[in-house]
Amino acid sequence: MIRAEALSRSVGGRAILDGVSLEIRKGEIFTLIGPSGSGKTTLLRLLDLLDMPTAGTITIDNSRIDGHPEERFRVRRKMAMVFQKPTVLNTTVEENVAAGLKFRKVPRGEIGEQVRAALDLVGLSHLAGRRAISLSGGEMQRLAIARAIVTKPDILFLDEPTANLDPANAEMIEDLILRINRKFRTTMVLSTHDMIQGQRLAHRIGVVMDGRLVQTGDLNMIFYHPVNRAIASFVGIEPIRGGIVENSEDNLATIAVGRVRFQAVTEEKPGSKVCLCIRPEDVTLNLAGGDMTQSSVRNCLQGTITKMTPLGPFTRVTVDCGGVPQSALLTRKSCEDLGLSTGTNVVACIKATSIHVIPDL
Amino acid sequence: MNAILDGISQAINLIVTLNPEVFEIAALSLFISLSATLLAALIALPIAGLIHFREFHGKRALIVVIQTLYSVPTVVVGLVVYLLISRSGPFGFFGLLFTPEGMILGQTVLIIPIMMGLFISALTGVGKDIRDMLTSLGATELQSIATIVREARFAILSAIVLGFGRAISEVGVAMMIGGNIRGATRVLTTAITLETGIGNFGFSIALGIILLSIALIVVIVMNIITSTLSKEQWQAMGGSV
Repeated sequence: MIRAEALSRSVGGRAILDGVSLEIRKGEIFTLIGPSGSGKTTLLRLLDLLDMPTAGTITIDNSRIDGHPEERFRVRRKMAMVFQKPTVLNTTVEENVAAGLKFRKVPRGEIGEQVRAALDLVGLSHLAGRRAISLSGGEMQRLAIARAIVTKPDILFLDEPTANLDPANAEMIEDLILRINRKFRTTMVLSTHDMIQGQRLAHRIGVVMDGRLVQTGDLNMIFYHPVNRAIASFVGIEPIRGGIVENSEDNLATIAVGRVRFQAVTEEKPGSKVCLCIRPEDVTLNLAGGDMTQSSVRNCLQGTITKMTPLGPFTRVTVDCGGVPQSALLTRKSCEDLGLSTGTNVVACIKATSIHVIPDL
Repeated sequence: MNAILDGISQAINLIVTLNPEVFEIAALSLFISLSATLLAALIALPIAGLIHFREFHGKRALIVVIQTLYSVPTVVVGLVVYLLISRSGPFGFFGLLFTPEGMILGQTVLIIPIMMGLFISALTGVGKDIRDMLTSLGATELQSIATIVREARFAILSAIVLGFGRAISEVGVAMMIGGNIRGATRVLTTAITLETGIGNFGFSIALGIILLSIALIVVIVMNIITSTLSKEQWQAMGGSV
């Protein structure tokens, strides 16, 4: 559907986007995640043909888009974009939604019908005659979505669609995005700095960092197999550095980090320097001195709790395992049941398959 | 003190008896300044649009020049227009000097900069967000411009009102181009100047009251138009009251 090759954009000599290549498939929700200011918006604006790339090419529906304004205009009419900051025209809700149809010279009778359908879909029918400027933030963003989809675009871009909204409104928008994708099979490209949202909405994810697309893949790839330390940190893993592969048999390797030995599945050869990525929710904690004999878990590390960080219904427990800090995510309830507190001696258990090994560069 | 009180009572008398000369002067004033306002708006809006929607070298400098001309002395405009349309000037053959048409021309030149500058501010106030949104919605450039102008409608309207205010209250152009000819080019401001000079305060005060009333009516009309919006909405659009 969309193919970008080596897209770059610099403004005033500063590169904002640097050689991004990606392919977006028809009908999928492709989510760009990355920290604020990493270039996600710039990339979306290039793909929506709002801005011109400094270098690189964009191919949409097998036709290569060059600089010709007529062609860019024609292709742009098959796409739509919802911007991060909700923007409305100072007129009624209805008139706002009708804007795109009016620009396309759709007959008056059809406009009314299509606008009603779009407002219905986003749940704003009851506000059709209201001044758009008097809507709340969440309503404005739903209006923006109605205005974008009313023209039946093949591709819908959404730039941080929930960044300025409270959780309830954000969830409503997320549901709406999924519904639209299923109902119209609209190809969607959305950006978010909220990796949980990325997780909820995306079929595939692209990670943008410092103007580069550093990894593309499905949820499992991005969240469990990040290719480098920066991505690992962004998706919620504190990588353990300074590991050295001691020996390896059938890809089951023993990795030394200081005095601690880990067993992990990796293709890295003995002697390689590596980082270990362990998702905190894959770590289980047991009280020290318990019976561990029947456990099949390869890695059981003795340690002392150094910090307990409450995260709503969960608690992140940081354990010092012989000089290696390791985080575990437990429900609040299980922390209470185990009677965990700072200073408690525990055993942290991690399956060999739960450790993702990346080269330490 | 007596002179002032006498003047006021005489002025009220002139107004309530609908003195024909007073109302003739007021009508001519309105005709000239409204014509100039309309003409200036028709000229300034497309140029302001061109300046706002096009990127070119010296754009900022040009806007600074326009803003400087907001406060150009009326007598300077009067002098320049006088030189251009006087019998020996390049446009002398039109015979515009000392005619209402000449005054309309002079006032138009006078208020074009302030209207143009305020139109540019009005369009700028609509913001890049809206422009991007329109482009992404598939608007052609013309559709986009039309929508932005419509978004700026209230700010554009207040710019026009301000231009009218400057036109109707100025003396320099009216005096130098019109010549204050009784029954031909005498308007409110030039008449006040003259009548005050010859000690006819009642007449001056009457004309002053009419001038203020016109200003009052203009403000009321503005408020009626904009009161369809709540104060908050008005501010959200970048307007100030």
